[in-house]
Parts: sequence; C-alpha cells; structure tokens
Amino acid sequence: MKLKQLEGYLGDVAVFKEPKAQLEQYPTTAHLASRILYTAETTYGDIDGKAVVDLGCGCGVLAIAAGMMGASHVLGADIDAGALETAQANIDEFGLGDTIDLVQGSICSENDTGSLSVNKGLLLRMEQAFDTAILNPPFGTKPGNKGIDVLFLQAACMLARGAIYSLHKTSTRDYLVRKAQTWGFECEVLAELNFDIPMMYKFHKKKSVDVKVDLLRLYKKQT
Amino acid sequence: MRLITHNMLKCHVKNCTDPDKQFPLRFKDVQLEQIDAERNNEFLVRMLPRIDWPALSKTTKELDITLPETVPGNPEDDEEFLQALHTAILETHIKQGSMLCDGCGHEYKITNGIPNMLLAEHEI
Repeated sequence: MKLKQLEGYLGDVAVFKEPKAQLEQYPTTAHLASRILYTAETTYGDIDGKAVVDLGCGCGVLAIAAGMMGASHVLGADIDAGALETAQANIDEFGLGDTIDLVQGSICSENDTGSLSVNKGLLLRMEQAFDTAILNPPFGTKPGNKGIDVLFLQAACMLARGAIYSLHKTSTRDYLVRKAQTWGFECEVLAELNFDIPMMYKFHKKKSVDVKVDLLRLYKKQT
Repeated sequence: MRLITHNMLKCHVKNCTDPDKQFPLRFKDVQLEQIDAERNNEFLVRMLPRIDWPALSKTTKELDITLPETVPGNPEDDEEFLQALHTAILETHIKQGSMLCDGCGHEYKITNGIPNMLLAEHEI
C-alpha cells in the first residue's frame, strides 16, 4: 500500500459525531495517521504481522490504518461509547472486523488520594501482550486530567514489547524523554508537527489554532 | 471481540483479587459469530507464549469450541494445531452477551461486539 493510497482511504474514516471537550476528542487527520503508520511499517517493520494496540482510539483512524498496513491483530481501547460506536461503524465499513477488536475502558483511574494513575487492574493481563502501541493521547489540558498524556504513554510502554508511536506537545519533550528512560525506554523524535485544531467546541475563539506536536517513537533500551 | 482479546480481560473491581476467580471471565448468554480471517502462522507462533492456555482451554470448552488440551512440542510444524488455534482466537467473535466474574459476581456487558470494562465509582 502506497502512502498516498493509505491517506486517500483514511479520508473516509468518519469522525466524532458529538465530540466531548472534557475527553479532548480531536480526530487524528488522515494526513497524519497515514504518515505515522506508513513510517512505522516501511521504516521499522512494526505493523505487518504484528499485534497492535491503540490507546484512546476514538473513532479508530489509527487502528484502521494499522489494519490496512497489515497488522495481524489490533485492539482499540477508548472510554467513550459514542466514539466506539463510530469506530465500529468505520471498522465495518472498511471490512476490518476480522482484524480489529474494540474495548470500552479507562486507561487511567483515580486512586485513593484523588490523583490519576495507570489503571493497572484493567491492563495487567495485557502487559507485553502487544508488539506495537500507537496512540494520539489526550494532552491533559482539561481540569482534573493534568498528566494524562504521561500516563497514556506509560500504559503504552507496559503493553507493547516492541515500539510505541505517540503524539505529545513539543513543550513536554524533554520531560518525556527523561520519563521514558526511567521506564527503560529510549525515546526519539520522528517528526515535529503543527496540529491544526479547528474550531470544534463552543469555547474555541479562533477559527483554528496551531499546537506544536512531536511524533515520538519509544523502544526498549538494550541491556 | 474475539477470544484473543477475552484472554486479556480480567475483573478489576476493588477487592476482587483472587487470580483464579477473576480470570478468565465467564461468558453468559452470548451470541457468537465466526468470521474468516487470513491465517498468519508466524504471528500465531509468536503470540502463543503470551496466551494464557489454561484460561483459553477453559473458555473454549464453555463455548463448545475445539481446541487441544495442551500446546504441542513443535507448534510451528503442526498445521492442524495452528488452524485450530487460529479459528479459536482470531475467528470466533462474541457479539452480544456478558462476562461474569466468578470472584465478585460483577457483570461486564458486551454490546455489538464491544465489551464494557468501565466500573462504577464504588467498584474502583
């Protein structure tokens, strides 16, 4: 599958019907999703014949891209029933029901002190079960979910034994590189991007806003 | 959801901690569908060590799906075994129904193939 082909197909993935601001639901563009998965497979061989997990899958564009690039098994996880309904419709439309499973759950949970941590209870049996994780996690800009971007990345490192592809604000880069080290992972910046976030929510004042974003690739440190 | 995913789901209700009871989750009133998928032997052999075989064995028995009791010595050379494994974990879809925890009794619903693993506040 050529990059342009993949991008063309992904343009048909339906987006959130009623996006929820608190969950930071922004669709990953076909342009970006195609480039991430195309690179992951053609440069690194991380997709074809592999088990892939998409954390915070939303409407499923990354999961579908993984399926189209030859993943043998994909699991998409998201907290929101509405998004998952759209994701399943997309999966059916693309004929990838034989490859992609969806699960409704929360990657994070509130512990007794009221702070967020990785939902180990849910994820325990998935530890190291996947080859590759792909994610466009919430950035943690909403009240109560500060640091959620780090937790999603941490969860991805728990689940994937090979490589993790994730999108994070450039302003958090140095912090994440250091954090990844403590988890036993090297972290490289594959690309610097501008997220063009269009006016989607009532609180948005500008027509669109550019946020500087890194595409990160994490992989286990050699011991 | 296919059985490969079910093999990764366990109960995580607060204080439900008996590993023998919280996994695997027991199917209740389920609607199954078998959907063909392309077989990739290399993928199956690589996934084998990550599968909880006793749990898969228990679940397939409950669903009346044929699967050998034990993994053969050389699975990569055993076409019959790989086909049976493939059908069980990658072609068997659970469309509707629920999953019960034998430990605490919590019921996780499955709607249109998507299991809901969210818990109520008091269960976290």
